[in-house]
Amino acid sequence: MQRFIFRNKNNIMFINGVFIALGFSSHWVLKNDQMFMAALIIASVIGVLPIALQAFQALRLKIVSIDVLVTLAVTGAFLIQNFEESAIVIFLFLFGAFLEQRTLNQTRSAIKALTEMAPESALKQMADGQFADVDVDDVDVGDILLVKTGAKVPVDGTVVSGAGSINEASITGESMAVEKDVSSFVYAGTIVENGTIQIRAERVGEDTTFGKIIELVEEAQDAKSDAERFIDRFSRYYTPAVLGIAFAVYLVTFNVELAIIILVLGCPGALVIGVPVSNVAGIGNGAKHGILLKGSEVIHSFSKTNAMIFDKTGTLTMGNPAVSQTLYFDSAGHICTQGAENLEPELVDARTYLASIEHESSHPLAKAVLSELGITELHPVENTQVAKGAGIVATVKGKRVAVGNVSLMESEQVFLPEAALHAVTNLQQAGNSLVFTSVNGQLHIIMGVRDQIRPHVRSHLQALQKLGVHDLIMLSGDNQGTVDVVGRELGLTNAYGNMLPENKSAFVQKLKAQGKTVTFVGDGINDSPSLALADIGIAMGSGTDVAIETSDVVLMNSDFSRLPHALGLAKATARNMIQNITIAVGVVVFLLASLIFSDWMNMSIGMLVHEGSILAVVVNGMRLLRYKIA
Amino acid sequence: MKSANIQLETLTCPSCMQKIEAALKTVNGVEKDSISVSFNTSKAKLDFDDSITSIEEIENAITKVGYDVKNSKVK
Repeated sequence: MQRFIFRNKNNIMFINGVFIALGFSSHWVLKNDQMFMAALIIASVIGVLPIALQAFQALRLKIVSIDVLVTLAVTGAFLIQNFEESAIVIFLFLFGAFLEQRTLNQTRSAIKALTEMAPESALKQMADGQFADVDVDDVDVGDILLVKTGAKVPVDGTVVSGAGSINEASITGESMAVEKDVSSFVYAGTIVENGTIQIRAERVGEDTTFGKIIELVEEAQDAKSDAERFIDRFSRYYTPAVLGIAFAVYLVTFNVELAIIILVLGCPGALVIGVPVSNVAGIGNGAKHGILLKGSEVIHSFSKTNAMIFDKTGTLTMGNPAVSQTLYFDSAGHICTQGAENLEPELVDARTYLASIEHESSHPLAKAVLSELGITELHPVENTQVAKGAGIVATVKGKRVAVGNVSLMESEQVFLPEAALHAVTNLQQAGNSLVFTSVNGQLHIIMGVRDQIRPHVRSHLQALQKLGVHDLIMLSGDNQGTVDVVGRELGLTNAYGNMLPENKSAFVQKLKAQGKTVTFVGDGINDSPSLALADIGIAMGSGTDVAIETSDVVLMNSDFSRLPHALGLAKATARNMIQNITIAVGVVVFLLASLIFSDWMNMSIGMLVHEGSILAVVVNGMRLLRYKIA
Repeated sequence: MKSANIQLETLTCPSCMQKIEAALKTVNGVEKDSISVSFNTSKAKLDFDDSITSIEEIENAITKVGYDVKNSKVK
């Protein structure tokens, strides 16, 4: 019986509404007041059933819930024979709850869409070699699974056969197909758009990257800040207090009407619901844009960021150095202006010698040089001597070849012509490291190698500045010269070089001591002390897994371009919470003031305003789902 | 000791959480400190001793105070 009533709450609301309409039409159209009364009594009695039952269950658990207040108020109105008010208040309460459920589902829709991307089944290879459809929970590490076109990859694993293009939007937030073939790693929750693959399961269930993301988002939306915990505690005593006050008012004034109005006005609603609603909508918006905000405390402090510290390599730069310029010198010491394909034979040979030597080196610059040259036919290298911190000297095809920096050229007594010296100054000023190549004491090639700055970083930094981050600071282990160049190029406030991890964390501490709210964006491994020390830490460039563990704000795929959106969203969400608290408190103050200072306030208007304010905060929260950075 | 993850109908009022939590506490065999009811995900998580009570009994306690259980996972 009780279950039946709860299940049919919406139908009961409808019946209640119909009887109210019947009552009022007989009142105005038929002028029949007896029918009017009868209809409203029926409406009240039927409508109050689910509310009273919930109130009864709450009281059994010694909880004074909102249902208790409403039931008492309605009973009171019924006893003083104000059936009109009792029926309407019930309708408004039920209808309000109905609308709240609908709109709350909306605010939660973004996160729900994410969790619904979780794979449910898998085609697993059984003992007989055939593939059978099993629940994803039955997949263990080491199982071989078949994934066909259009299907979701059920677990994290490695492709063992086949090939296909996979949409990794659920992991990276970027809906661009990625080609995968044998020995590629594939993620659970990604979709095979084309092709068929077999994979070996390596991480299953909650251990998959997707599983971790879901868990994080689920925890984040209900993670509470101190302010929210305060509101929760407050509401726990608030409802019984309202009951007490209403009762006291009755004892003093013997005015039942006044007492029941207080019960209705005192219903807590918008205040307790306002902040969680902003929270879930804000986090939902982030999830759609490849940003995970870990709860409302994080949103709160991130939104107050006024100083942001960046690591250089791998954060502002790509983390893999590349050749930015190559200069060839003819025997007269002039820079050759023709392209690499029209070089003199002597210089073509020099390129091959350079490639042959760099091929045997493990220096990071060597990789950049090799990929720039793209030469695969190599000569044997003999008599290799490594000049520490300067370069390599070796014999290739009987010629003495030196590859290294300017001090190696000096010790090899290589003459640097005027044109070369000029170019060197320019390249250095642009933040390049230099690789010289000489053959038999004659300069042939100068390469400028630099770590490429991530695309559009400058405009993203400007966007952050517009959002109120006044200090944009770069800390790097590189020499001050390179750091200055990058700093100028990006328009940073400050750039400091020669910083070891402990210097960086000391710097974070110093800024915090100055009262700044500091966000640190850096490498998830080397910079982890600074990430932990800063008010907000964002790990970049070491994979989504590490970022999820160590960051307060996770940028999927370490995508720097999401940072302005993340900060803007955090600010919008924090603002939204304040708006909602203002609406909620404002409404209560307004209602109480109207009750004291005016005479038009009654139960129905009170309930209408009360439900209206709840809907107002939910709809206000929903705006966050559409937030986009300008 | 087993842990249950119960998906409820959409919760609309934070005071519902208080009620569900209190209802779960009355079930003998449920680890009282492990109970957490979350508003936005509309989920209840708890540990229970499966030699004293069962998931059906726990679900029953929730439906009795007026909330639907959509599904539950026990591990």
